[in-house]
Amino acid sequence: MIRVVLPAHLRTLAQLNGEVELHVEGQATQRAVLDALEACYPMLRGTMRDHVTQQRRAFVRFFACEQDLSHEPPDTPLPEAVATGAEPFLVVGAMAGG
Amino acid sequence: MSGVRVLVGTRKGAFVLTADGRRDRWDVSGPHFAGWEMYHLKGSPADPKRLYASQSSSWFGQLIQRSDDGGATWETVGNKFVYDGVPGTHLWYDGTPRPWEFKRVWHLEPSLTDPDTVYAGVEDAALFRSTDAGQTWQELPGLRGHASGPSWQPGAGGMCLHTILQDPSNPTRLFIAISAAGVFRTDDAGETWRPVNRGLRSEQIPDPTAEVGHCVHRIAMHPSRPGVLFMQKHWDVMRSDDAGDTWREVSGNLPTDFGFPIDVHAHEPETIYVVPIKSDSEHFVADGKLRVYRSRTGGDEWEALTKGLPQRDCYVNVLRDAMAVDSLDSCGVYFGTSGGQVYASADAGDSWAPIVRDLPAVLSVEVQTLP
Repeated sequence: MIRVVLPAHLRTLAQLNGEVELHVEGQATQRAVLDALEACYPMLRGTMRDHVTQQRRAFVRFFACEQDLSHEPPDTPLPEAVATGAEPFLVVGAMAGG
Repeated sequence: MSGVRVLVGTRKGAFVLTADGRRDRWDVSGPHFAGWEMYHLKGSPADPKRLYASQSSSWFGQLIQRSDDGGATWETVGNKFVYDGVPGTHLWYDGTPRPWEFKRVWHLEPSLTDPDTVYAGVEDAALFRSTDAGQTWQELPGLRGHASGPSWQPGAGGMCLHTILQDPSNPTRLFIAISAAGVFRTDDAGETWRPVNRGLRSEQIPDPTAEVGHCVHRIAMHPSRPGVLFMQKHWDVMRSDDAGDTWREVSGNLPTDFGFPIDVHAHEPETIYVVPIKSDSEHFVADGKLRVYRSRTGGDEWEALTKGLPQRDCYVNVLRDAMAVDSLDSCGVYFGTSGGQVYASADAGDSWAPIVRDLPAVLSVEVQTLP
């Protein structure tokens, strides 16, 4: 089970309270987690990554285990602690806007 | 008793203002979608309970919301706006080619007859249509594919398609306006388009009378006379009596002919409204006075409407989509400001009162006249 924490605006959009728990088939990667998240909550499609290119939106970041994973290739395995559910995968709206 | 529902889009959410036909006591609901930029909300003329809303943010991109109960509840619908084919390029501010890139939906225009059909004007400028109530969107590529497309350039606010007018007497005719390309018309339901900008003069472009390149801020028509168009250009207020084939200036005695919105009285096709703005570098009303100007002669002769509006120390702007009219017997006129006020007049502009004073900066105002 993988735990995902969304920023407030996306929790509101998906009508969620608190963390999301996802079952991800195969290796836990950024792409697999986002695919599973969007499959459960289709209204999130296009809000974290581009519909077509699948590139991360510029002001969205991915953190876990006190690391910034935003620039990791999407198929890189996530840290073991995320894969086991010990630590959450954080989707963060970048600090911007003054 | 009949009433009105005013749909207000702001920098930080949407608000729905309702009143009965007297339009003197208002109920304010919102913010809906708090914290998001709500560029535009509009109701279907064919089903007033059906509303569409454009929701966006720099962080999370574009969303489209639909309501089937007049704004009480909303459903997130499709937000996949993909240009048809290979997007190609337009010109960037510095004159270099730049690939078309979707940024946001500026304007939603529901069909006059089908609640499930709605047009979307987007940045970078293109026209999309949904025929399944917003679930999926398809570009009408003939517009962006016009031979002039690679020469279109953005205005200061981005290269946006901001106005979509449907001819009620001819379902195959649409008008759209792009900043800064100009007005285009289709007579075959969006397959092919032609620029209709003859008569416009813009000193800010190399050829002031070019076929395309004009920064048109807004166009408006009265449904009973769809061949008569009114335009607020970057500078100049214009009119066309031949469906855009030719234009002439009708700025007349306006104190300044820069501005953004223009609208037409619901029952008097020659009565039009603008809000003059000091200049393109000073985006606020002139002399600290918020004045709507009304022409009862289809332009040229204008009168200032000031009763109930601040006449000192006022420095707000009124954006292109932030004015609308209702169709009650005494036409109501509404507009919203960059300072967060929404003003209403229940007597065609003779007098005004604020409905709300302290919203976030207003991006759009639309009005539904309810049975």
